[in-house]
Amino acid sequence: MTIKLEDIYKIAPHHRFQWEKAQDCYVILFPEGMVKLNGGAGEVLNLVDGNHSVEKITEELVKKFPDANGIDKDIIGMIEMALEKAWIEKTN
Amino acid sequence: MAEKNNGVSSNTTTTQPLWLLAEITYQCPLQCAFCYNPTDFDKHTQNELDTESWIKVLRQSRELGAAQLGISGGEPLLRKDIEEIVTEASSLGYYSNLITSGAGMNEKRIDALKDGGLDHIQLSMHDITEEINNFITNTKTFKLKQKIAAMIKDRGYPMVLNVVLHRYNIDHIKEILEMAEGLGADYIELANTQYYGWSLVNRDQLMPKKEQVLHAEKVTNEFRERIGNKMKIFFVVPDYFEDRPKKCMNGWGEVFMIITANGDVLPCHSARVIPNLEFPNVRNTDVKQIWYDSPAFNKFRGTDWMKEPCRSCSEKENDLGGCRCQAMLLAGDAESADPVCSKSPNRHLIDQAIKDTENPGLEAKPIMFRSNKNSKKISEGEEKERLAKFHALP
Repeated sequence: MTIKLEDIYKIAPHHRFQWEKAQDCYVILFPEGMVKLNGGAGEVLNLVDGNHSVEKITEELVKKFPDANGIDKDIIGMIEMALEKAWIEKTN
Repeated sequence: MAEKNNGVSSNTTTTQPLWLLAEITYQCPLQCAFCYNPTDFDKHTQNELDTESWIKVLRQSRELGAAQLGISGGEPLLRKDIEEIVTEASSLGYYSNLITSGAGMNEKRIDALKDGGLDHIQLSMHDITEEINNFITNTKTFKLKQKIAAMIKDRGYPMVLNVVLHRYNIDHIKEILEMAEGLGADYIELANTQYYGWSLVNRDQLMPKKEQVLHAEKVTNEFRERIGNKMKIFFVVPDYFEDRPKKCMNGWGEVFMIITANGDVLPCHSARVIPNLEFPNVRNTDVKQIWYDSPAFNKFRGTDWMKEPCRSCSEKENDLGGCRCQAMLLAGDAESADPVCSKSPNRHLIDQAIKDTENPGLEAKPIMFRSNKNSKKISEGEEKERLAKFHALP
């Protein structure tokens, strides 16, 4: 599926995204599964909240990490992966 | 890497118990012939932890990093305080799962559990036929399960079905998958019987033939291809039919921890079969201390404990020598290679078991159901002959 900049995604039902203090990372939890997310992936999913469009997510992360070059591509890649794994779904 | 200290590795692990299984009671109205619970559960049924103790250990485990919580048994719904425990678990931030046969569930309880924040319910199903369901559980529970499945769906829980596969239902795999699809299941776990506890006692009766297993795997793959992401299918590999052992529990004391009804803490479901290991108890020890410092949890961490052929095996990190309990139960030595491995000197035990499926002598040795009465018999040393047959040692 092609990700468009105006797309808005949210965490899929039956999944939970949360910060784990003991692991010092974000995780996604679902029946029979738990995935620890690396820093970048966690930052992206943290903004996949049913309010931010892909464009807005990119803007915010570019602002937050001004020294990271070309992260827009990584962000799209991350959203594609999460969609493929059915962790997130489209709302619009 | 763990350091050695008097033969027991000491507190250097960096792992965390991400998965916590709370085996909250060993009581169960069903008598499934394949139950993995200890055959001598009768000894552990007294002295169950009370509500307050469960809440305390849930809090301790959560601080340690546990995030996935399974509430199991026995039948957990036999406890009146499941709603209270679930509510507490949810407020602590666990992703909680009630693992149930459905017995003891009703409209009021399922609503209370939802209100308390329960994330999902895993329901055991046994077959598409009432006859096999009732036979293998030794109870009339077929209609109940259909009813509870509908209730789970109706309340908006993700529907996770668990079907233990054995020679009586494995040929119905296609119909079982279709039933799950019809019920609107989101996940189905097809768990080929692993032989521990009651299923080991009943291995001759339960173990399917190789061609049955291959057929089931083929049908499952075809079904998976058709249904895609709509229903996720986990096929738990029947390890006897493989030539490399499973990486059991993803490693001893790596990510998984079980707290049993009486407060004993185990690295895996069957760990009590290993002799001379004293399992710590939450009544007198903090969970953190148990996970990091107890000799039981450190015993098989890493690879330092290994003997040949595991020690010099190039694949030792892949499977960590397989299952310690299976090595104990079959080869009589918990430090030996899992007999499933084709490099194990005891592989012939597995090959013999596979050969025996051709002529299992089902009439001669009736199935032994998981009942309090049978458990008592086993605790008191009856049925020794039946149990002795599986071991390599005299």
